[in-house]
Amino acid sequence: MTALTQSQFFQQLKKYYTFYTGGFIAFVIVLAILEQMGLPAKWVGYIFLAATIALYAGIGIMSKTADVSEYYVAGRRVPAIFNGMATGADWMSAASFIGMAGTLYLAGYDGLAFVLGWTGGYVLVALFLAPYLRKFGQFTIPDFLGARYNGNLPRTIGVIAAIICSFTYVVAQIYGVGIITARLTGLEFQIGVFVGLAGILVCSFLGGMRAVTWTQVAQYIILIIAYMIPVVWLSVSHTGNPVPQVAYGQVLQQVTQLEKDFNNADTTKGAAEASARAAFKAQQESFEAKIAALDEAVAAGTGAAFLEAQRAEAGNPADFPATTDDLKASWKKSADGAKAKTGPVSAHATAFAGKGAEANLLKTNPNATEAEIAAARAEDQEASNIKRRNFIALVLCLMVGTASLPHILMRYYTTPSVREARKSVFWSLLFIFLLYFTAPALAVLVKFEVYNNLVGSSFASLPAWVANWAAVDATLMKIVDINMDGIVQLAEITLGGDLIVLATPEIAGLPYVVSGMVAAGGLAAALSTADGLLLTIANALSHDVYYKMIDPKASTVRRLAISKGLLLVVALFAAYTASLKPGDILFLVGAAFSLAASAFFPALVLGVFWKRANYTGAVVGMLAGLGVCMYYMYITYPFFGGVAANQWFSIAPIAAGVFGMPVGFLGIIIGSLVTKAPSAEIQQLVDHVRYPSLEGDIRTQAA
Amino acid sequence: MQLSERHEEYWRKNLRITAILLAIWFVATFVVIYFAPQLNNIVILGFPFAFYMGAQGSLIIYVLIIWFYARRMNKLDTEYGVHEGEE
Repeated sequence: MTALTQSQFFQQLKKYYTFYTGGFIAFVIVLAILEQMGLPAKWVGYIFLAATIALYAGIGIMSKTADVSEYYVAGRRVPAIFNGMATGADWMSAASFIGMAGTLYLAGYDGLAFVLGWTGGYVLVALFLAPYLRKFGQFTIPDFLGARYNGNLPRTIGVIAAIICSFTYVVAQIYGVGIITARLTGLEFQIGVFVGLAGILVCSFLGGMRAVTWTQVAQYIILIIAYMIPVVWLSVSHTGNPVPQVAYGQVLQQVTQLEKDFNNADTTKGAAEASARAAFKAQQESFEAKIAALDEAVAAGTGAAFLEAQRAEAGNPADFPATTDDLKASWKKSADGAKAKTGPVSAHATAFAGKGAEANLLKTNPNATEAEIAAARAEDQEASNIKRRNFIALVLCLMVGTASLPHILMRYYTTPSVREARKSVFWSLLFIFLLYFTAPALAVLVKFEVYNNLVGSSFASLPAWVANWAAVDATLMKIVDINMDGIVQLAEITLGGDLIVLATPEIAGLPYVVSGMVAAGGLAAALSTADGLLLTIANALSHDVYYKMIDPKASTVRRLAISKGLLLVVALFAAYTASLKPGDILFLVGAAFSLAASAFFPALVLGVFWKRANYTGAVVGMLAGLGVCMYYMYITYPFFGGVAANQWFSIAPIAAGVFGMPVGFLGIIIGSLVTKAPSAEIQQLVDHVRYPSLEGDIRTQAA
Repeated sequence: MQLSERHEEYWRKNLRITAILLAIWFVATFVVIYFAPQLNNIVILGFPFAFYMGAQGSLIIYVLIIWFYARRMNKLDTEYGVHEGEE
């Protein structure tokens, strides 16, 4: 293929992927026909899993390479539009594909921080990084830090930061792969993790960046088709409009009206909700009374007897809590669960709602004085301000983190030129945008289905999708008739966020083959991101640590062998970590963004835009930024023993980067100004990256 | 090498374009978020305005910013003779 010109290459790619897309659609249609003819759902799942992983493996084998430049940067001839698709797949993880719509369903406007943060960051990539990194043109992000700040220390800090953020992220992806594989085929989670791992490895192991790139393009096509078809179908069946992104404006108004009805006890629906909430309130109080009794018994020294009595009363179930502490925790959980159901429905489109102190006060005490009302109002205002502050901080961290994650930045090394790199950022965001502006529409459409059709239906004849999911997984769908009226109320439904995307095909009345396709799409999203991340980690170790610092004379064969060996080790270690099911994966992903934003962004941007930035500044700034960010997480996040009382300005630990980043900038500026300016060669390097082409230019591009 | 006056001008123009686009990005993101509760009182096509911006509007602006930047800079490269040779 090397003999082809860039435009012939582009035409050929276009042909291949058009053919491939048609093939995928034909494959789905054939499966649909087979399903109609009686192929069991389980087999549809198996076939999807086997076919897609075989496909990725096939592309991986076809793209195997022993060339360094092909292995690290796909030969630097990936056309802008294809690099855009690959970046899209690289970027959109299981969390985007499956989790995002669920977050939006549950949090409404406040969940949009993720939509904004994960798209707006590309503006920063385009304006500050992609073209300049492409001109610099080496293999990794620490490469740039090492060259620009002229030393192994900045490179080493870069390597460490790249590994910290990529590793936490890749564990979350492999975890997602395990969950989806388990759901698709009924295999055990741990086995699912390792099946998925095989799919990741066979591709990146053989062909490095080259194989990963072409697989990611294929994965993007699958994931976007899988996401769009059920949403469009749902939109047509509910609104008659095939463009859900336009149609859901009207639906949102209906949802808003229903929310008002639910919260107004004078309407029929509102009265039914009020009765369900009252029943939950009673349940909450009964658990609280039990906890009080337990505490009393423990204080009196009769805790063990109390526990035994409770066990006997419950009929000696095998899973009864073993200690009084466990019993208390379990009751506390039940009380909190019931309490969550006692409040009014929150409005989907409302930004930064207060905590309802004023409404609550007026309800419990209609004769409240002016001063009391004013105090309640101030309390609401304060709660709303804190929400807004956190929203802004989170958006900023996610954006800057997007523009700092090495696995994304690395993709812009693979385009043929600076021109193409700029265009490629546009294509990247366009392809990402397609999914991200559909997710809020999906959330609203499903919400309407739940509010309008599920609520008010009878428990004797629940819609099929509700009954199915409630039977499969209680964490995703739980429904209880607490006030015993035989009718479903909103307060009686407990939805897990991941349900939204997974159940959409069934809600829209599509056959199982579409559910299989959605799961395959989620798998594509998780695998593609995991591929990119693993490659980043392995490259940082093999290229930056081994080749650049330990053995600069290593032969090509040796460099690639080391890189592949490390890839295997890192992948196995990540899969092992994921199979332990570490808690709170979402926090880890969020933390990766804050860490990347604090460590990389200031050093990368000032490296291009401020010639005066030097070695000392970079070392001080990166360490200080990373340090502050980690310190803040340490003192505020419960997992590390931190407490919320330590928060600065009530900012949640996930947005720690909002402190780390400015400290990083300050560190570089101060550190640079108190030491002497960088050498003439370094200043020349800065000019070199600023201009796509200069006469008599130096050359930094690696092979 | 020594940069010419033209080169300096190219870089100044680049900085100006970057600054203007960054300002648009800032308004479309943070100013809209800050005033979200007030902006939500305006309803367009059934969408409260701030919600619309968060779910679609700001995203479209981001795509346009990047599209414009790529186009403008690729042209500027040619104007100032710092473009790359044909690949």
